[in-house]
Amino acid sequence: MKKITFFLTLLMGLFMTLQVHAQQASAPPVEMAGVLHQNGKIYLVVLVLVTIFAGIIFQLIRIERKLNRLEQNNN
Amino acid sequence: MKRYWWKILCVLILLYVIIGGILLPVPAIPKLNESARNLFFHVPMWYVMIVCFLVSAIYALRFLLKSQTKDDLISREYVNVGIVFGCMGMITGMEWANIAWGAPWSNDPKQVSALYCLAIYFAYLILRYSVKDTDKQARLSAVYNVFAFALLVPLLFIIPAHFKSLHPGTDSKPFEALYTQASQFRKISLPAMIGWILLGVWIFNLRIRTLKLQKPELFS
Repeated sequence: MKKITFFLTLLMGLFMTLQVHAQQASAPPVEMAGVLHQNGKIYLVVLVLVTIFAGIIFQLIRIERKLNRLEQNNN
Repeated sequence: MKRYWWKILCVLILLYVIIGGILLPVPAIPKLNESARNLFFHVPMWYVMIVCFLVSAIYALRFLLKSQTKDDLISREYVNVGIVFGCMGMITGMEWANIAWGAPWSNDPKQVSALYCLAIYFAYLILRYSVKDTDKQARLSAVYNVFAFALLVPLLFIIPAHFKSLHPGTDSKPFEALYTQASQFRKISLPAMIGWILLGVWIFNLRIRTLKLQKPELFS
């Protein structure tokens, strides 16, 4: 008897969580940038960001190499 | 190659963060919408700042114990790097607040305490340059540095938690946001944290090596 009540409560709990999920799904959709993804303009933004990042890293590497040269000369 | 591997790792992680942070799907959360992606760019700035200030305080303590000029210089350079990242966190935060809260500055507890924290470290630099005697300068600023970091923790994490704030993650425990984030977030936010911290350490590395070339006698 105890086992049966245990399983019943477990089932009920499962059902309730499912219901909560169903309620969440029916909430009004949150607006995301779907259009930007559809027309591909988001890729342009990524390209710009990667280009800028590449420029910054390029400069860091140049400083790095310059320092290496100076350190070698000093030793 | 042995000395460079972490710099290469840093570039690769940040490339993944920039591309993935924009293109990979993020959970649809009301009000945040797509701006949730700032989690991979605005928040790590503060992580870098905190890590820089922490390491700086550790070296300040080490200087007080061992009195080696080298430790004082390392401590100072970490503050220099940390302040730049803190300012970037501040500016990006204001840009975000302008859209999300309607104004760049709304005297939000999190904003005010972050500003205090930056002001304390600006005061550290002012203190440094106002003392001419090198030995006194190093000793004074090391003591100040340790106290500054001791203030940073309550300023950034404890005090804002006791006020009503617009800033997400303020009302809850400080690092709860990181744990409770959906796995979609964590896939990028965790590498983002590591990548940006590595970038900060890289910049510190360049600064300290320049200093070493300029004044090798201070490092012996």
